[in-house]
Amino acid sequence: MNHTRRNFLKFAGLTAAGLCVASAGGALAVSGAGSKIKDGDKALNAKRWGMVIDTKKVGTKESIDVLAKACHAAHNVPDIPGKQNVKWIWADSFEHAFDQPNNYMDEGLEKREFALLCNHCTNAPCVRVCPTQATYKRADGIVAMDYHRCIGCRYCMAGCPFGARSFNFMEPRLHLDLAKLNKEFPTRMRGVVEKCNFCVDRLAHGKQPACAEASNGAVVFGDLADPASEVRKLLREHYTIRRKPALGTEPGVYYII
Amino acid sequence: MKLYNGGKIITGLVIFLGIFLAPLAYNAGKAAYTQPKLKMPENEKECIESKEFMRTKHMQLLDQWRDWALRGEGQRFYVNSKGKQFEMSLQKTCMKCHTNKAEFCDKCHNDASVTPYCWDCHIQPEGLKK
Repeated sequence: MNHTRRNFLKFAGLTAAGLCVASAGGALAVSGAGSKIKDGDKALNAKRWGMVIDTKKVGTKESIDVLAKACHAAHNVPDIPGKQNVKWIWADSFEHAFDQPNNYMDEGLEKREFALLCNHCTNAPCVRVCPTQATYKRADGIVAMDYHRCIGCRYCMAGCPFGARSFNFMEPRLHLDLAKLNKEFPTRMRGVVEKCNFCVDRLAHGKQPACAEASNGAVVFGDLADPASEVRKLLREHYTIRRKPALGTEPGVYYII
Repeated sequence: MKLYNGGKIITGLVIFLGIFLAPLAYNAGKAAYTQPKLKMPENEKECIESKEFMRTKHMQLLDQWRDWALRGEGQRFYVNSKGKQFEMSLQKTCMKCHTNKAEFCDKCHNDASVTPYCWDCHIQPEGLKK
C-alpha cells in the first residue's frame, strides 16, 4: 500500500470520528436496554391549556381563599407572614389586577376580588430571561419550572408583569405544617423561585387542576385551541378580559366580568 | 560512596514513610469493608431495572427521569426492559417501595460519603420532623 500523507490523514480522521460516535452512544445509553417512555393512560393533553375564571361566581376574598387553600395544600406551598410570603394563587382588586383605574366604577366591580395566578403566557417574559432555562415553555402552553436548575437569580420575578412568582427567602419547610404535607409532591428549598404550574402533575393523571376542582365550576380549565372545549364555549358566551393585554405576553387566563 | 547529609536524609525518609504508611498500619487487622446491609422492600422483589443496574446507575436513571418527566413531551411513564410500567417519580414510585430512607438510601450514601441533595425538596417516606 502506498503510504501517503493524504491516506494517513483520512485514516486518522475516520478513527477520530468513530471514537466520538462510540463514546456519544455510550453516554446516551443509560436507561435499561429496551426501555421507553410514554404518556399515562389517563393523561390529559392539549395544544394550548388555558383557564376561564368566572369572577361573578368566585369574587370574594373568602371564595378565593378556598381555591388557594386547595392549591397550596396540593403543592406544599408555605404560608409565611409578611412580605416574604409564597403564593401560587391569590386575591386582589380590579384596579390592581387589570391596570384600568376608573374613578366612577360600579360598586359591584369595585368591591369584587379577582383570583390571580400565573397566566402561562404564550410569550412568557420569565422564560426569555431565565439564564439557566429552569423556567421553560412546554408544547401544551404551560410555563413550567425545573426547581433543580433554578439558581435564584430572580430575573423571572423582574420579568413577570403579573407578580405571579414568589421567592423562597427562607427554608419553606419552616412554615409548612409537616404533618399535613402532600407526600406525592415535593417542597421547594431556600433560594429558588416558584409559581403555579397549572397542575401539570395532576393533568398527567387525568385530574383537573386543584383550584378548578375546588371552585364548583367557577374556574374552568381546558384546551384553548379546541373550538369544542368548555373554555372556548365560555369565551363565546361571555365577555372576558385578560390581564395587561397591551404588553403582548398573551396570557392564557381569562376573566368573565 | 559517601552520602552527604546522610543522617538528615535517612531521618526524613523514615518520617515520610511512617506518615505515608500510617493509614495502612491503622487499619491493619481490622475487618475488610463490607457493603452495608440494606432494608429491602418486603412486598416487592424486582426493582425498576436489574439489581446491578440500579446499584451502579440509579443516579443516571433518576437524572434522565427528571428530564423526561419535566421537559420534552412531558411523558411521565417509564416502560422498563420487561415491559412493566412505572411513573417517573421519586416520591410516587421509588419511595413507595423503599419506604425507609434511613435504612436504604442513607446507608450506602453515608458509606460512600456522598450527600445527594434530593431531600432538600423531595419528602422522605418517613415524613419530616421539626
